[in-house]
Amino acid sequence: MNTIALLGMPNTGKSTLFNQLTGSHAQIGNWPGLTVDLMQAQLRIDGQTLQLVDLPGIYDLRGHSDDEAVVRRFLEATPVDLVLVVLNASQLDRQLRLALQVQQLQLPAVVVLNMADEARRFGVSIDSETLSRELGLPVVLMSAKYGRGLAAVQQAVRQRLQTSSSNDPRPEPEPAPVPVPVQQLEARLAAREAELEPAQAALLEAAVQLPAQWRDRWTRRLDAVLLHPLLGLPLFFAAMALIFQLIYAIGVPIQEGLGALLDAIGKQLIQPLLTPLPTFLQGFLLEGLWQGLGTVAAFLPVIALFFLAMGVVEDSGYLSRAAYLMDAFMERLGLDGRSFVLSLMGFGCNVPAILGTRVMRDRGLRLLSMLVIPFSLCSARLNVFLFMAAAFFPARQGALVIFGLYLMSFVAAVLTALVFKGRFPSSEPLVLELPPYRLPTLPQVLSRAWAEVKHFWFWSRRFIIFGVVAVWLLNNLPLGVEPASSLSLSGRLGTLLAPVLDPIGINPNLTVALLFGFIAKEIVLGGLAVIYGQADPVALGQAIAADVSWPQAVSFMLFTLLYTPCLSTVAVIRSESKQLGFTALSVGWSLLLAWLTSLVFFQGVRLLG
Amino acid sequence: MRTDRPLTDLRPGATAVVASLTADPGLRQRLEALGLRPGQPVQMLRRGWWSGPLHVRVGMTELMMRRRDAACVALAA
Repeated sequence: MNTIALLGMPNTGKSTLFNQLTGSHAQIGNWPGLTVDLMQAQLRIDGQTLQLVDLPGIYDLRGHSDDEAVVRRFLEATPVDLVLVVLNASQLDRQLRLALQVQQLQLPAVVVLNMADEARRFGVSIDSETLSRELGLPVVLMSAKYGRGLAAVQQAVRQRLQTSSSNDPRPEPEPAPVPVPVQQLEARLAAREAELEPAQAALLEAAVQLPAQWRDRWTRRLDAVLLHPLLGLPLFFAAMALIFQLIYAIGVPIQEGLGALLDAIGKQLIQPLLTPLPTFLQGFLLEGLWQGLGTVAAFLPVIALFFLAMGVVEDSGYLSRAAYLMDAFMERLGLDGRSFVLSLMGFGCNVPAILGTRVMRDRGLRLLSMLVIPFSLCSARLNVFLFMAAAFFPARQGALVIFGLYLMSFVAAVLTALVFKGRFPSSEPLVLELPPYRLPTLPQVLSRAWAEVKHFWFWSRRFIIFGVVAVWLLNNLPLGVEPASSLSLSGRLGTLLAPVLDPIGINPNLTVALLFGFIAKEIVLGGLAVIYGQADPVALGQAIAADVSWPQAVSFMLFTLLYTPCLSTVAVIRSESKQLGFTALSVGWSLLLAWLTSLVFFQGVRLLG
Repeated sequence: MRTDRPLTDLRPGATAVVASLTADPGLRQRLEALGLRPGQPVQMLRRGWWSGPLHVRVGMTELMMRRRDAACVALAA
């Protein structure tokens, strides 16, 4: 099978092109010699199946970042039939260098000038035929976001694959018919480094007209307000608050409706089917598996809404402005604007946010960011809080409790950074691109949200099934005990941990839920549903409210917010930090902080009232 | 060319030409890849408060950069 690699700078729409070409049926592939996973997918052109690999975005093939090293190792280890070099058409004044480096390595390549619509809007005009002739590589103009020019890219790929061995447009030594990995990549690029600058200037002179004045008035005007020294931050937080409010307002009714529906299906359809089975197995399947899964599945709409909203914020270009606005504050915490953006992404899910710290080269900065990110109130925890808040407080107060938890999440992150910044000092430079504001397209945002929800479901399903089944078993073993009574396994576990958890108001029932929450917060709600034997959210809420007082509930929420988010997060901290000691520090610190916070709250309320 | 001044001294709205980069190789490469190369005009768009980052434009690219890093960029006087 032929292998095509997508190569380009960050912010060139490389991944959008990847999805457009492959229909986004991507999987994660392992490549020899690489420590990171690359996205890959198959695409069919003219009945021929090709393999497309999305390489990490890089600035320079000789660059010093991890991503740049990954791309080098990939090219040195993998024979590629074709490299698709993706450049941002409106930034050819600096991006042509990368195409020239690929040309210097004599790799078979097609140059894709993406975001052609934007280039035109900004007054950049490109003579692609001249550029192609001068560069000696096919050049295609396209706009991946709108799917324009896709056919031309496919056509160029087709032609290039047929002719790359026979009549290469350049009279230079030809690539072998069977592709080979690049030899002596660094030495060859180093030898011709000096040619890049004049070559790029000559290409620009011959084929590209740049505007004398920046034409993007919209970005200029928006930035004047959104990056305003006084208005910028309040506007940003107002926008975020509005988004969360919107997710809450739309998502919660859907969640409740879906929960009730799934519960009804269980009672009306599944229960009659199970009657022939022994009682123990019946309970296991219906009260364990179905109720647990149903409670979690009902939460999927809220997650989808969250990723939809974050997708809009990110694609619009506002997220990189957040890095600009917050950097001065973050710098004083020993972090930077990127840590803030990653923490913000962590409000969706901590795992990708921690993976995202790969963009940082300085180890101190990276570790400190990894220590802070788990305090971001992720969607799985929000799931628990929305439910508990609805069960214990009237709507208006409930919203206030949720807001308080977001605030607490922020305070915990800041406190953690202040405590540990001395231990993880850093001096990483921070230079980031601020892209022009863009209108996100609906298909793009939808497909991203869909991918995230799929990923979430895939990622958590195994944990959830394992978790709810284990909770149910703990509650119902040894055989014959009254479920969840003090004689059951869970009851004994609760008694065992009581000396530690009693002072913070966590009773044995909640203890079991917390124990399983260590695996994943998705299980907490499913676990509670199993413990209290209620799947319908309203009924479950009433059952818990009858068992637990409101200060206990809030203490439980605080503990859930602050202790280890989930095993996946621990695993990814371990694999990214490559330090067991650091992983232990992260888990231990969050447990300590959670216990102390809950203690102060619970005992404080008792003293006051 | 007379004595150079650092990019951090540029006032909002003003434009000057990059004279040289004194950054370490890693940062230097990144700055050049983002368009900050000797001979290129660079415009200061805004400066963050509380010693916050700078917002500059070079060629068709807009960047935010910390003052400490911008100090490595010398402008032709």
